[in-house]
Order: sequence, then structure tokens, then C-alpha cells
Amino acid sequence: MHPKRRQRLTYLLVIMLGVSIAIGFVLYALRQNINVYYTPSQIIQGQAPKNHTFRLGGLVKQGSVMHAKTELEVAFIVTDLVHNINVSYNGILPDLFRDGQGVVVQGQLTAQNEFRASQVLAKHDEKYMPPIVKDALAQAKNSTV
Amino acid sequence: MYAFLYKLASPKKFYQMAGQLIPWCSGLAILLIGYGLLGALVLSPADYQQGDAYRIIYIHVPSAFLSMFIYLMMAFCALLSLVWRIKLADVVLTASASIGAWFTFLALITGSIWGKPMWGTWWIWDARLTSELILGFLYLGVIALKSAIPNREQKDKASAILVLVGSINIPIIHYSVYWWNTLHQGATISRFAKPAIAPSMLYPLLSMIAGFLVYYVIVMLIKARTEVLYRERRSTWVKELFK
Repeated sequence: MHPKRRQRLTYLLVIMLGVSIAIGFVLYALRQNINVYYTPSQIIQGQAPKNHTFRLGGLVKQGSVMHAKTELEVAFIVTDLVHNINVSYNGILPDLFRDGQGVVVQGQLTAQNEFRASQVLAKHDEKYMPPIVKDALAQAKNSTV
Repeated sequence: MYAFLYKLASPKKFYQMAGQLIPWCSGLAILLIGYGLLGALVLSPADYQQGDAYRIIYIHVPSAFLSMFIYLMMAFCALLSLVWRIKLADVVLTASASIGAWFTFLALITGSIWGKPMWGTWWIWDARLTSELILGFLYLGVIALKSAIPNREQKDKASAILVLVGSINIPIIHYSVYWWNTLHQGATISRFAKPAIAPSMLYPLLSMIAGFLVYYVIVMLIKARTEVLYRERRSTWVKELFK
């Protein structure tokens, strides 16, 4: 390679490396602000801000959803399969909300394990399949159990 | 091989070869997007959870892929321009910027339209969405810088440096869903793992991605040809062309 070009390439690589490291440090320092939600385990460990609005993420525990008879009030448990947080919410739930679904809820802690939500978002996973395949999978699972 | 590349890098040769390539690419793009659309809207089944609403991925995923691919292409051109001083690289970089900006816009808009019914919100400041928005601003920055500096050599150099430094954002977009907790789901198609999507839905999606890619090549070549003519307007071969 021509020495002039080698020199220019070296300059560029050094600049890129420097900027990458700088951005890496910034992102590392901000990691908790970049995370969109806290997991139940983090809340139990006391990492979540108290008396502040934040988001909690996890799975809706199977069979934990309880609807009120006459109003939109709903209560359910968000779990990361290690710890549970009880969530209460008054409002319309997204279409994908169901047992076992990943959710991100925004709100505040009212007590140790009690979370009052002002917004409930459903988290979709990266899996796409036709209903027939889903039924076949469920059947296969049932027959092996 | 090197002789061929050097020939291609000459503006005149590029102008001619691009002109010959465009009709072929157009036919290919019509085939790929035609099959992709047929597969996306008619042949592929509805999703088990989202029903028909998932079909927006056939626009969203190719747009998002292209928005990053075009940026990498521009970064490669920036490197060629800064280190090897290849004039044609600046032409391709200039021609690609606005196309990339549009694909970024399309990815953000389609994602937003899908997000409202599925997640329950149009927008959330999670790492994936924010870094993609920054990509959009990078594209706009390159376009603005290009039009702000009158001197051609200066503007090519300045925008090449901006593109190169901004390319750090590309791995951040790609890995954002693994490095941080995000509302956006992980990658459905990955080179290493088995795709998390049924084959009947996957093939139209791959066809759409390939089709969008060829479409980008077509539009880029058309714009690059115009740019070459403008930059070489004082050379004899261009004057010959418009005698």
C-alpha cells in the first residue's frame, strides 16, 4: 500500500477507535437509563426508584389475571420466574395481553410488592407462525406430558 | 480484476455500465417484489397471535434492513473516498443518502403503525427505536452538510468523515435488543440461528428484502448517473453526449 494511503487509513482507524471507546463508555454509564424497564428481581433488590414513575417488565403469571365484575379494574402478577410483583391497573389492555405474555407496565410502587400501573404495553416476541402450526405444537406438547 | 475495477471507477465507464444495468435490475426488482407481495398478502397464512396485522413486517423489516445496509454502503464509500481518493465513491455516497433517509422514515412509520395496536403505544424511547431515529438524523445531517458547503472537495471530505463516525451507530442498532431491555423484540431472522418464523411466511419476506435491495441499486444508479454528469460537466465526453 502506498505510504500516504497507509497513513490516512491509520489516522481514520485511530479516530474511529477513539470515538467508539468514548461512545462505549457513555452507553455503559447510561445503561440503567437506556433499559426500558426493571425486572421484578431488580425491584426486590431495591434497584428501582422509590416514589418515582418507572416501568416494570416481565411475564403475566399464568392464571393470575383477575378482572373486576363491573369496571375496567384488573389485577395480575408480573413475574420473571424468580420473583413476583402484584400489579393493579384501571384501563383498556392491549390486544396481545394474556396469560404468559410479556408485558411492560408503567407506574409506581405503592408498597413492597404492590405496583399501581398507569399504562400497560404488551411485548411481542420474535416468533411468527400460522395458527395450524401453533395447534400442532400444543398437541405434541400435550401428548408427551 | 483490478483492471476491471479501475475501468469501472472511471466516470465515463460507470455512466455507460450503469445505464446498461438499470433495465436488468428493474426486471429483477419487479419479479422479486411481485412474488414478495403475492406471498405477503395472499399466500402466507395469518399469524397465531396477531392475525393479519403482522403482515406489515413485509414492509417494515426490508425497510429497516435497507436503512442500515445503505448506511454501511455509504461508510464503505467514505473509506474509499478518504483513503484511496476514488471520485466515484463520493458519487455513490451522495446518491445513497436520501434513499437511506426514506427507508429509515418508512421503517419508523410502519413500526409505529404496528406498535399502536400490538404494544399499545405509537412510540417508546427504547434503545432500538431511539438508535434508529438517530440513524435518520445522521442521514439528514449528511444531506444537510452536503448542501451547506459549496466547495465540492470540502463537502465530500466533511460528509465522508461524518458518515464514518456515524457508522458506530449501526452495531448499536443491531445489538440494542440484546444489550438492553427493550420493548422491541429480538431479531426474527439471523444468519446463525434457525429463523423464528414459519417457512411459508419467511420466503416472501426474504424475497421482499432482496427486491428492496435491487430497488435501492436501481434508484442509486439513476441518481449516481445524474451526479456523474453534473460533476463531469466540463469534460469532453459529457459535452460529446449533449452536443
